[in-house]
Amino acid sequence: MSGENWRQERKTLLATLGPPLFWLTLFFLVPLAVVWAYSFGRNVGLTEIEISGTFANYAQAIQPLYLGIFFKSIVMAAACTVICLVAGFPVALAITFAPDKVKAWLLLAVMLPFWTNLLIRTYALIAVLRDEGYINLTLGWIWKQVGLVLNVPPFVPLEMLHNNPAVLFGLVYVHLPFMVLPLYAALDRLDRSLIEASLDLGAGHFRTMMQVVVPLALPGILSGVLITFIPALGAYLTPDLLGGPDSQMIANVIERQFKRANDWPFGAALSFLLLYLTFVMVAVQALIQRRRGAR
Amino acid sequence: MSSKPPIISIEGVTKRFGDHAAVDDVSLTINEGEFFALLGPSGCGKTTLLRMLAGFETPTEGTIRIDGKDTDGVPPNRRPVNMVFQSYAVFPHMSVADNVAYGLKIDGVAKAERDRRVEEALALVQLEGFGGRMPDQMSGGQRQRVALARALAKRPRVLLLDEPLSALDAKLREAMRFELASLQHKVGITFVMVTHDQDEALALATRCAVMERGRLIQLATPSDLYEFPNSRFVADFIGTVNMVEGTLKTDNPTEAIIATKELGDVYIDHAVLGNEGATLYLALRPEKISLFRRDGVVPPKLEDCPEGYNVVAGVIDHIAYLGSESVFKVILTNGRQMLVIRPNLTRWDQEDFVEEQPVWLSWHACAPAVLAG
Repeated sequence: MSGENWRQERKTLLATLGPPLFWLTLFFLVPLAVVWAYSFGRNVGLTEIEISGTFANYAQAIQPLYLGIFFKSIVMAAACTVICLVAGFPVALAITFAPDKVKAWLLLAVMLPFWTNLLIRTYALIAVLRDEGYINLTLGWIWKQVGLVLNVPPFVPLEMLHNNPAVLFGLVYVHLPFMVLPLYAALDRLDRSLIEASLDLGAGHFRTMMQVVVPLALPGILSGVLITFIPALGAYLTPDLLGGPDSQMIANVIERQFKRANDWPFGAALSFLLLYLTFVMVAVQALIQRRRGAR
Repeated sequence: MSSKPPIISIEGVTKRFGDHAAVDDVSLTINEGEFFALLGPSGCGKTTLLRMLAGFETPTEGTIRIDGKDTDGVPPNRRPVNMVFQSYAVFPHMSVADNVAYGLKIDGVAKAERDRRVEEALALVQLEGFGGRMPDQMSGGQRQRVALARALAKRPRVLLLDEPLSALDAKLREAMRFELASLQHKVGITFVMVTHDQDEALALATRCAVMERGRLIQLATPSDLYEFPNSRFVADFIGTVNMVEGTLKTDNPTEAIIATKELGDVYIDHAVLGNEGATLYLALRPEKISLFRRDGVVPPKLEDCPEGYNVVAGVIDHIAYLGSESVFKVILTNGRQMLVIRPNLTRWDQEDFVEEQPVWLSWHACAPAVLAG
């Protein structure tokens, strides 16, 4: 009887797991493997690549020029993550302690940009930041009113687009929900009576935050950091549209290899370096989590 | 009246959440060194009242004084009270010793003195040598002791306990009950406990406040609550009771007769001080009823049994044998069900009474509590 059941369940298992496994293999693992193979190849014609097992692409990828762009990407992603953490923590805290009715709306407000197309959001940002954008229009109007009473030089629009701050601004804007949601999940799980116990024992709100809330929310903070940092590191559209000539990140370089430069093997090698970097970070996070769990 | 001022005085306190009054115009005082219990069914407002003492809720109306000082606007971390939470709320990321030291560090107690007081507090709850452990290596009972030690280490004027025994299993609960009582005796701190468990309140408290729907119903010692309840609610909530409705037939300074449909005329040996014809309720505790075998038809005479003022006939329907005592469900001839508890004083006591056995139920003229509402 139980054998029959087991066999039946194995069929069910196969039926449910089969299609997604097939899909993942065919459309994710196989192309990934192809790109991985390309990274050890060289261009022999306009569209032909010979897999020769060469490490030349990787050697090229770790040249100072590209390492510099990797480094810059890491700095931008890290800055974005730190800003998201500092800005997102109070937001997550506010959502956690909001009344239930308000909570749903606040969560929706965080999620809403998430459901809007990235391209549309980025162009909206451009409309806000550009020379004749909404910020400059507003500032210009104020300037004109001031000019009615005071003698001021003509208004020069602030340059807020096509530079590194614009990219950082865009990255934070895009990735903030990635930080807020895991933080909220961690804070919401927190036993409220722990906070009350800390207050009861004489601690103020700041001390309670630093000694009870933050340490206990640390797993959520770590996953929030990782979940924000990884996509920010691979950001393509934001630096492409909001950045200037010196604000390209690694994804922009990779894109150029596959398109304009038509050097697929080199693009593949850069992609995989980025992937390895991501693996290392996920591994570090897992290690920290495990050490915390083992204690 | 004691000369000492009360440690806690609650004056006309009301707490409203929206339209709902969780605590409704409660006034009471708690004396220094008391083991005070707030007792009532869930949702009666007892926990809200405790949280107002701790400072987690603020009264909508009324005043709470702790140690003579008005607590209005005083945050939880500035009150001379500490709380043991229902979930214990032991910090899971700190060792036992760090948990206990947490409040002392905030108070700026120097390291050496702090270590000494942590050890002292752990010894008080019999957790010597557990300081290095993490909370997840300890049982629920041990975690509760950590919470107790952590609160007591601060040497509060009042210790607040929120359902302290509810999460423990039956055996541990009983042991912890004695321990809490002796602990309170040892430290001499005023304990205020919230509980829905009447056994817990009766066993531990010097005085209990029974609450229902936000209101204080009765404030009395445990034995007064049990023997002299002031309402049907209290009589019913504390212990088990046979409740019988009747009307006052005669009322003299020395005796009264209450006519009931189910028990006939019930004789009471004291004045009731009510209007004749008024509806009254008799609360008759099961252990205050005596059981006699009914082999003949003549009820036992007053000489045979001193409690034989009131006698009714019935048949044993069911017996729950509990070891130290037996609970009898007796069906009277008119169909009314009565509960009777009889201690098993000898090892063959229970043999006289079996199911289907016809019995006489009798009780003393002062056994029932007469209640107006």
